[in-house]
Amino acid sequence: MSDVKEFQSRPTDTSRAESPLEWSLHEQKSLPHASNPGVILSEKPFMGQLILRGGAIVMDEAVREVMDMALPAKPLAVVSDDSGERSIQWLSPDEWLVIVPGGEEFELEQKLRQSLGQAHFSIVNVSGGQTLMSLKGSRAREVLMKSISYDVHPHAFPVGKGVSTTFAKATIIVRRTQEDGWELILRRSFADYCYRWLLDASREYGVSVTR
Amino acid sequence: MFYIYCPYCKEHREEEEFHPRGQAHLLRPEDPENTSDEEWGDYLFFRDNPRGIHHEMWVHSVGCRKFFNITRNTVTYEILETYPMGEQPTITAETERVRKEQGVQAADGGWQTVGARPENKALNEETSS
Ligand SMILES: [Zn+2]
Repeated sequence: MSDVKEFQSRPTDTSRAESPLEWSLHEQKSLPHASNPGVILSEKPFMGQLILRGGAIVMDEAVREVMDMALPAKPLAVVSDDSGERSIQWLSPDEWLVIVPGGEEFELEQKLRQSLGQAHFSIVNVSGGQTLMSLKGSRAREVLMKSISYDVHPHAFPVGKGVSTTFAKATIIVRRTQEDGWELILRRSFADYCYRWLLDASREYGVSVTR
Repeated sequence: MFYIYCPYCKEHREEEEFHPRGQAHLLRPEDPENTSDEEWGDYLFFRDNPRGIHHEMWVHSVGCRKFFNITRNTVTYEILETYPMGEQPTITAETERVRKEQGVQAADGGWQTVGARPENKALNEETSS
């Protein structure tokens, strides 16, 4: 068991939590609602997000034991569980991003620490530092083509791939976990900027924002 | 713009995602206490500035955030190979010199390892003669 102090960072009392996009969405008195939207944006707030670092072999054993999932074996891969609610993404040869439904992350962190024991590793809860944005619709890919230099053609970017890249000069993670949509992971301090950029880039296709 | 192959992400990415971090393969003197001022000054401040093949350290700062090495021709800007930290280059000024003496076109030989192959091969051949 590691000697690291763990703490539950998610408020369990009645304190109000605000997602990184709370202010941006609140500022807009009414959310954009096109009649036939080519782009549909929605934030998936308050997901549990952990950064795992360590050797791939020990980490894979721990993740298999605790989550019943395997680490993605290839660079730039994202794997999801059967429900599609939990995912593990390759970020670098010794770093992975785990996303689980909000509230599960603290228990998961504790179990992983227990399983990893004295191995050389690090787990950081980054749930408060970034947020998930879902980008869907028939023109979603065109919005990405305007915003990132990475090739988002289905040949180059199949389902099950995720990359960290530049988005309108900011850094974001772009991933495709399902056939019909994209997930963007926005850093808290860039969330408002990226959201406004997305609205602007989507305007010509008709955009709806749902909460 | 360079189109750089990251040896960790195992694919080509835009230069915008990378930062150059100077000359590669610099070794800190093993015994700093008994190193002369001149040797220490060389280690700290003085860098090679070759005309031709150069080995540089780059970091994939927006992607995997790993450091790696690039062998680059400072005259033509060709990236001849990229390789992970801890490994040695397969293309050096010496191998290029031997290749030239044997009358092999550097433009053909240079691409034997991973690296950016420019779309316009004619342009490349022009600069290598
Ligand atoms: Zn990389």
